[in-house]
Amino acid sequence: MASLGKDYKDGEIIVRQGEAGNCMFVIQKGEVEAVAESDGRELRLRTMGVNDFFGEMALFEQATRTATVRALGPARVLTIDKKNFLGGIHEDPSLAFRIVQTMSHRIRDLTDRLATFEEHCEPESPE
Amino acid sequence: MNLSLLSEPSGVRHEGRPRVLQDGSRVAVVGAGPAGSMFSYFLLNMAEAVALDVSIDMFEPRHFCHRGPAGCNHCGGIVSESLVQRLATEGIMLPDDVVQRGIESYTLHMDVGDVEIATPLMEKRIAAVYRGNGPRDSEPLDTHSFDGYLLELAQQKGATVIHRLVTDVRREDELMSVHCADQFSDNYDLVVIATGVNSRLMESLEDETQEFQRPGRTRTFICEFHLGRDVIRETFGPSMHVFLLDIPRLEFAALIPKGDYVTLGLLGDEIDDELMAQFFNSPEVQNCFPDATIPSHACHCYPRMNIKPTNPVYANRLVMIGDSGTTRLFKDGIGSAYRTAKAAAKTAIFHGVSAEDFKTHYAPLCRKIDNDNQMGKVVFGFGSLVQKARFARRGILHMVANEQSQAGGKRRMSGVLWDLFSGSAPYTDVFLRTLHPAYVGSLLWNLIAGNLPGSAARKEHAPKQERDRVEH
Ligand SMILES: Cc1cc2nc3c(=O)[nH]c(=O)nc-3n(C[C@H](O)[C@H](O)[C@H](O)COP(=O)(O)OP(=O)(O)OC[C@H]3O[C@@H](n4cnc5c(N)ncnc54)[C@H](O)[C@@H]3O)c2cc1C
Repeated sequence: MASLGKDYKDGEIIVRQGEAGNCMFVIQKGEVEAVAESDGRELRLRTMGVNDFFGEMALFEQATRTATVRALGPARVLTIDKKNFLGGIHEDPSLAFRIVQTMSHRIRDLTDRLATFEEHCEPESPE
Repeated sequence: MNLSLLSEPSGVRHEGRPRVLQDGSRVAVVGAGPAGSMFSYFLLNMAEAVALDVSIDMFEPRHFCHRGPAGCNHCGGIVSESLVQRLATEGIMLPDDVVQRGIESYTLHMDVGDVEIATPLMEKRIAAVYRGNGPRDSEPLDTHSFDGYLLELAQQKGATVIHRLVTDVRREDELMSVHCADQFSDNYDLVVIATGVNSRLMESLEDETQEFQRPGRTRTFICEFHLGRDVIRETFGPSMHVFLLDIPRLEFAALIPKGDYVTLGLLGDEIDDELMAQFFNSPEVQNCFPDATIPSHACHCYPRMNIKPTNPVYANRLVMIGDSGTTRLFKDGIGSAYRTAKAAAKTAIFHGVSAEDFKTHYAPLCRKIDNDNQMGKVVFGFGSLVQKARFARRGILHMVANEQSQAGGKRRMSGVLWDLFSGSAPYTDVFLRTLHPAYVGSLLWNLIAGNLPGSAARKEHAPKQERDRVEH
């Protein structure tokens, strides 16, 4: 038995918010968490498990990483190069289908969370 | 009954049965190697996405759970870096029990020295797998066949496997019929030929129809050495060992470490006993093994390899994929099986199954692969020149060793060799990179530096133990 990808120890950082990136990652084993850091505080965005991917925005934009991702327990992660990915999409656009689908789920999830957040923050209307 | 596969039987009206897949359409896939299984997986996946109810029968006489030739599709078993990444992007992850070893580096062996080229990311992204369930007489493994795994994926999507050998494919009015050795036959809306190049079916179809040319083939050699896990870890490590030797007709030779075995693959122009004797007698090969002694092999075969595409690769309701159609020259055959399988599946689902549909939407990919192979021939031609010129080998060794010892910096020669050995990039890409002025300049400098008296590459006559192995 053998494995592909790179091993990360519990708590080890895989990508750091604010750093430049030119690849995305697919989780082969274990779990990771994505956290957004602001004013020294951390907000957990989501946890991800086997076959989930992260860091995909770097494939489409030049911007820096929007979140820090670290291993939750031992994890193994495979890197997908921007060049390989874009070359693949050029030949076969349907290769991006799964990523678009996941991004769409994430937008839906964030919209729901934003709506819940706004509901909680709305000032009570006067009687 | 009409034996002609490619031409329409006279009097059949095209308007009769639409040449698109509809609810209830039936597809036959002949051969469940990587091409057949991936075609079935992707076709059923796409059909589900567009709510189309089609069924697939996969004809495959082999059981991939068997050890030795009965379960094996005879290949080196390297799943390339680019394919590992594309499959992962598709959501297909190679499980640990399918991966016999993750490959981290290539070690290039030449008469002027050895050099290890590490993966740019220091990450295992190349998989060494068994196509069946391991070599003949091997211990029952706690591992799983690569082909078996892909077939299971297709079955999970709903494909039915029929363990029969197909002996004929015919056109019956507007449908295709598939005939098996045991008199079984059935009709289908689309037949996909994915029998590879080692099958008699392609030969008999060519002879019967006289209307298409089966792929051009050459004889290769594969064998397995049993060395045990610990010895392999110590002597081979997670590295694939490739050889650049001055042996005529040998294009590529590699030792690939897997669990308890090391697989040897020899590719070139009709590999024969004379070439093999020359290879096994080379000190560069012998020195790879413990005590410089090559053990007897546990299992061997002489599979054929596709070196020229089938022409044409489609007809009405018929398409040839993987090695039965076209593939990359000497490299990443499984990657080509994936690319052609998916392109054919997309054509069938989103466009149709007529010759015109395959010509417009499938053939361009095959042409792209064939054109790149022409460039591949040029690249291998350069390789042959280097095989013959020791000063060039010294220059290459010097350049790679320098690049590998420096952290950062452009690794031009390492990158070219990495992509060439791993099949990660198209040959055209590799070739164009060798025309870059910085590459040419650096190569010229290293040709001089590597041939100066006292350079590591000139110490080749010392015995192996004393020779300066280029360390990184
Ligand atoms: C020496 C050698 C080393 C290689 N090393 C590598 C490597 O390391 N990495 C890589 O990517 N590629 C490698 N290749 C190429 C690779 O093996 C092929 O490109 C790949 O197997 C093609 O897949 P396929 O599905 O088209 O055909 P195949 O793998 O040949 O599968 C064809 C299937 O069809 C079945 N079949 C045949 N005839 C019939 C019939 N009449 N009825 C029903 N079923 C039938 C067979 O049983 C088989 O399962 C190597 C090839 C050789 C010769």
